[in-house]
Amino acid sequence: MIRPIDRRTFLAGSAAAGLTLASGPFRGASAADPLKIGFIYVGPVGDFGWTHGHDMGRKAVEAKFGDAVKTTYVENVAEGPDAERVIRKLAADGNKMIFTTSFGYMEATLKVAKQFPKVYFEHATGFKTAPNVSVYNSRFYQGRAVVGHIAGSLTKTGKIGYIASVPIPEVVMGINATAIAARKVRPDAEVKVVWINSWYDPGKEGDAAKALIDQGVDIMTQHTDSPAPLQIAEQRGILGFGQASDMKAYAPKAQLSAIVDVWAPYYIQRVQDVIDGKWTSKDTWDGLKEGTLEMAPYGDAVPEALRAEADKIKAGIIDGTYDCFAGPIKDQAGELKVAEGKSLADGDLLGMKWYVEGVSA
Amino acid sequence: MTFDALLPMLLTVITAATPLLLASIGELVTEKSGVLNLGVEGMMLAGAVIGFATTVGTGSAFLGIVAAGIAGMVMAFAFGVLTLTLMANQVATGLALTIFGIGLSSLIGASYVGVPVEKLAKIEIPGLSAIPVLGPLLFDHDPLVYLSVAITVAVAWFMKRTRGGLILRAVGESDLSAHSIGYDVIKVRYMAVLFGGFTSGLAGAYLSLSYTPMWVEGMTAGRGWIALALVAFASWRPWRVFGGAYIFGGVTILQLYLQGAGGIGIPAQVMNMLPYLATIIVLTVISAGPWRGRLDAPACLGKPFRPAS
Repeated sequence: MIRPIDRRTFLAGSAAAGLTLASGPFRGASAADPLKIGFIYVGPVGDFGWTHGHDMGRKAVEAKFGDAVKTTYVENVAEGPDAERVIRKLAADGNKMIFTTSFGYMEATLKVAKQFPKVYFEHATGFKTAPNVSVYNSRFYQGRAVVGHIAGSLTKTGKIGYIASVPIPEVVMGINATAIAARKVRPDAEVKVVWINSWYDPGKEGDAAKALIDQGVDIMTQHTDSPAPLQIAEQRGILGFGQASDMKAYAPKAQLSAIVDVWAPYYIQRVQDVIDGKWTSKDTWDGLKEGTLEMAPYGDAVPEALRAEADKIKAGIIDGTYDCFAGPIKDQAGELKVAEGKSLADGDLLGMKWYVEGVSA
Repeated sequence: MTFDALLPMLLTVITAATPLLLASIGELVTEKSGVLNLGVEGMMLAGAVIGFATTVGTGSAFLGIVAAGIAGMVMAFAFGVLTLTLMANQVATGLALTIFGIGLSSLIGASYVGVPVEKLAKIEIPGLSAIPVLGPLLFDHDPLVYLSVAITVAVAWFMKRTRGGLILRAVGESDLSAHSIGYDVIKVRYMAVLFGGFTSGLAGAYLSLSYTPMWVEGMTAGRGWIALALVAFASWRPWRVFGGAYIFGGVTILQLYLQGAGGIGIPAQVMNMLPYLATIIVLTVISAGPWRGRLDAPACLGKPFRPAS
């Protein structure tokens, strides 16, 4: 009884400590060696949300390249000093390419990249590049415009709940995109925001959902990683949207659609670039058009006419005729921020720190 | 705010406090016997995943809850073997237990991600649950909520009123004295550790079967650590653990409702600090006030028992 437990304790311990990364001293890559690729995740691969999406991308890379690559990942790494240690360990272990998949890994990625100039780094959702650091992101706000339209059309109370994670421009941008689209169909719609200051805490996400529903919200949206808010929506008999994955299993009646992250095409392309020796530092911001973002199939609660409208918005975003941030846009105080005929540039979006009219936070 | 608006918030507070209460009341018993088990988070996760898997497999939430308690006890038993029999360092072993629990639960739970489960049914107490306000607040919950309160009452009574409680406290305060008058220190500590594992397992089951009826990895999200802090916060007294769990749950939930209500002009970040701020304030008041010196930490807490024979 004692020995197996002891051994397992050790094994599990080393897994979380990031020691299960491919061990062995660093060797210079020869043609026969597989390309070693490391991934660092902010949550668990089983979160059914953000990290799950990235891990699907990693698996797609493995499936595509087979023995030519060898991937490892470290999950549940907090943003901060821990991240730097794990990224450095991945680099020291001989990974030639490292995907750092959370905004908060930005400084750590840049710091380690400086120390390992021959390793290619890919940082998700950040905005700082270096000769060996690329950044990539998805235009999630495009999905949120579709979500906002459906939410604005279906809400009876005019109150849309939004469970927000960490106050960074990416999240603020999503809130604003939802509110703008919702108010196009329902001018008095209010997007009620609750911040939980965490990317992943099923219990707290669920509690925030309850708080919002108790205050009259009848459509739930979220920018956190677990299916808990959608599940609460299902239990309380309101509607909502999945986040990062199709979460229909948790809310067969409540899920109207979901914003689904699809990282595989980008990951495969970048790995191919490294193999071909063509990798360069890039800033990639793809979206619905390039397929890094998809909408899950509509739920039963979305009527036919509304599906057609939502599809039209999607098509418009893809062919460039629908602008999610077209003026006029007013801020919370009612002041005009974007004039009629103007739009917000990518740079403005990436630094967004103000709420549009209709957001209550 | 009218009471009608307050009621749903109070109900949410109860669900937020219950897992904390379950986990910390067991840890209190463990610590009272002189053993510091930092593996609460790991035991909760084991309980959460086993409880979930058993409920899905058998269709019986009752079996799920029992299995969760047993899973917590198995984890606690491993801890006991290492620290009590083999006298390994308790802090290091407890941390390892948490890490082990995270890994093991992910492994067991991998095939249960995305599987739905029926939320634990509520038990309405006939008659009483129909009383306005008090009915839904006190008499319309799922069994684990009642159980958490029942266990608190039982632990408080056991500690204060029974011979067994006295022996447990003696073992925690002075293991050598208890040993010299003939009590089996190791046996008492094993039982206390197992009880702690049992309630941590129940706390996990509450998370995966009632609070958010699903299995996702790492779903405890640090509640095991909060439970550990609560025991010290409560200066090792059962009723204070109860109060602490509800204060902590209450402040957490209150700030979510305040945000939803449009805020009260306080930034969300500050409101998210409130639970932790409250902890610091209470700890300061307790240790600096006229109650100073009555923190009641068991004297042998964390020390291995080495009889001088």
